[in-house]
Amino acid sequence: MITITIDGKEIQTEPSKTIIEAAFEHGIYVPHFCWHPALSISGNCRMCLVEVEKMPKQVIACSTRCMDGMVVHVNSEKAVQAREAVMEFILINHPLDCPICDEAGECKLQDYAYHYSVGESRFDEEKGLKRKRVALGPRVLFDAERCISCSRCIRFCEDLAGYPELTFVERGDHVTIETFPGRQLENPYSMNVIDICPVGALTSRDFRFKARAWDMSETPGVCPGCARGCSMDMWVRQNEILRLTPRENQEVNNFWMCDRGRLESFRHVHEETRIEQPMLRKDGVQLAVGWDEALAAAASELRSWKGDTVAVIASPYDTCEDNFLAARFAREILTTQFLDILPHVEAGDQDEFLLREDKTPNSAGARIAGVTPVDDAHNLDSIVEGLQSGKIKAVVVSDVRAHEHAGFMQALGKAQFVVAIVSNASALTERADVVLSASTFAEKLGTFLNFEGQLQLLRPAVNTTENERWMGAFAMSRLDKFASEFDRWGRMKRYDARSAGRVFSLLAQLMGGKWGYDHPEDIFEEMAKRIEALHGLTYEGLGRWGVRLGSEQPGHLLPYKYSDVRP
Amino acid sequence: MEVRTQDKYTLTFWEKLYIPEILKGMKLTLEQMLKKKDTREYPEEKWVPPPSYRGAPVLVLERNGVERCVACGLCSRVCPALAIEVQAAETEHEKERYPELFEINMLRCIFCGFCEEVCPEEAIVMSPTYEMVFTRYEDAIFGKDKLLMSAEELAPRLEFLRSHR
Ligand code: SF4
Ligand code: SF4
Ligand code: SF4
Ligand code: SF4
Repeated sequence: MITITIDGKEIQTEPSKTIIEAAFEHGIYVPHFCWHPALSISGNCRMCLVEVEKMPKQVIACSTRCMDGMVVHVNSEKAVQAREAVMEFILINHPLDCPICDEAGECKLQDYAYHYSVGESRFDEEKGLKRKRVALGPRVLFDAERCISCSRCIRFCEDLAGYPELTFVERGDHVTIETFPGRQLENPYSMNVIDICPVGALTSRDFRFKARAWDMSETPGVCPGCARGCSMDMWVRQNEILRLTPRENQEVNNFWMCDRGRLESFRHVHEETRIEQPMLRKDGVQLAVGWDEALAAAASELRSWKGDTVAVIASPYDTCEDNFLAARFAREILTTQFLDILPHVEAGDQDEFLLREDKTPNSAGARIAGVTPVDDAHNLDSIVEGLQSGKIKAVVVSDVRAHEHAGFMQALGKAQFVVAIVSNASALTERADVVLSASTFAEKLGTFLNFEGQLQLLRPAVNTTENERWMGAFAMSRLDKFASEFDRWGRMKRYDARSAGRVFSLLAQLMGGKWGYDHPEDIFEEMAKRIEALHGLTYEGLGRWGVRLGSEQPGHLLPYKYSDVRP
Repeated sequence: MEVRTQDKYTLTFWEKLYIPEILKGMKLTLEQMLKKKDTREYPEEKWVPPPSYRGAPVLVLERNGVERCVACGLCSRVCPALAIEVQAAETEHEKERYPELFEINMLRCIFCGFCEEVCPEEAIVMSPTYEMVFTRYEDAIFGKDKLLMSAEELAPRLEFLRSHR
């Protein structure tokens, strides 16, 4: 342990640490462009220049190691001057693109130009002209003029994703980024470079020009794309998710998420296949009906199939709360032991970085919540067999992707009565006698348990007819707060959907059950009482990053949260 | 209860006579009739506002038929009345971005001119238009078809803005 002083604050640290690391660990912000706590050090932006007493010149905090007795000034006159000079140099060739730049509003360069630059340019020559709108790959667009050559993108691809695809070419003010000859920026994690690029040089082709950062609400959520369950933010405008971005969680995904999760995992929320309200088969035709009618029809029919003539297929895409009630509904109300989930595994699509073969977010959670067959005679295979042989006659399915299982779907054809509690239309809903429109991961409160045992809270970002934006735990944008019913942007598309847990609860009540829950938090409270692994947990206790179940605690990349240290 | 009374005005003798007062009034009327008139025969005769006037905000259309606006959304953000909705999209033009949809709700607009002030492209300016009558709510929401006005027509205002920067 050594002692250094930063801006008058004495800090205990290790000689192996750099000044910027020591500062961030103790909540002191040092402005920087190229340094990133998860990437290797490159030291080329010069923004983190600080004054160190007894050193002849200002040094860069990102690659200068701490020494005992060091006295560092981040905000002394010399340091400020150096920073202003660096900003002036960087801005020489930076275009005045903010009005057309997607980064505006969340741009490090913009923020720093406001905080750390003199606010005036002495440069009246022509700015350098470079290529714009260059497609580096299928998902990322590059604007060479905006690039400040920090090399964060290069280092991410090479060091972390393990796909060397980008490199610098040329020198001096001609320097720019290119992909290696014959290659594209197309690795499964390529879009993370967009988030770490401190300027708008790398932008998303999918999100391009869709909305301004300040017009969207930002709700912390969990990616439903695979068993990793990356922490992410859902960006919503006019009740529509426009993009997902990874959220720092050192216990799950650090700062990253995969491109597939980012682009595809939320599409079904707004797809045309979305079921807008409950449907009931009458004389062979499916008709849209109200909730009361659909639930009553399902309940009265299911009453005649109690016991082992009925099976429940719960869903690894639903929350633990939903699955807990699915299990209770099966065991206590239908009194059947035929209860399981369908696996959704893409063999081989897995790596050490993030991707998991199991393409569901909550298989582990469904198990812990009680969707576990009592023995082999009651698991999925037995259910399929039972359907084939005609022993099982009625099925309740809440898995929105059940239709991807050919074997199961074929067996389902033999069933006499099918209830589907899902959000999107498919071969399953076509077959179903009662379709109960379910809400998606983006529309409910609940928990997901990832493959490592991290239990995370998901919050609603999109509202359904069940709730009002101002009532629940919703993040609200300025537009949400002030829209009147006359504003076009105030009239939002809302689906008449309910969470699977709520549907099981209502069905149970109609069928004589003595229990029913109105709020997911009540369900979780009950789960925390009944399930040993969850003892003592509350939603509040899950916080922003969740809780690791079991005795093995996760290792952290950093001893602090990068996004919490602010200027 | 407290009651306030006002002193009653008592008429003088001449006022009580009435006739002189009527004559006085007629004299005033006659005088005004012969003076130069300040009123205007609106709507036949219309007032042309000076360039400093803040009428309805409009979008500037360049000579090549392209709007100046790049859909940055700053006017929409700054508008205290939330009158402006902008949806950006990509264009093949060099400026990359244009407003696919641009709407101003003229019933929300309070003609403050903040949008004009914040616009980095000098693309939204306060026009001399002050006549706006609507019979339906939807008519008050001006889309690009109603908002675009040629730069020539707006020349006085653009000139005024430049000279007062
Ligand atoms: S990168 Fe930042 S500073 Fe540069 S044009 Fe875009 S928003 Fe403006
Ligand atoms: S594209 Fe962005 S991340 Fe890559 S070097 Fe340029 S500024 Fe840095
Ligand atoms: S501020 Fe100007 S450029 Fe930006 S959206 Fe409004 S009118 Fe268009
Ligand atoms: S003049 Fe003021 S109120 Fe009207 S659109 Fe512009 S900013 Fe909004």
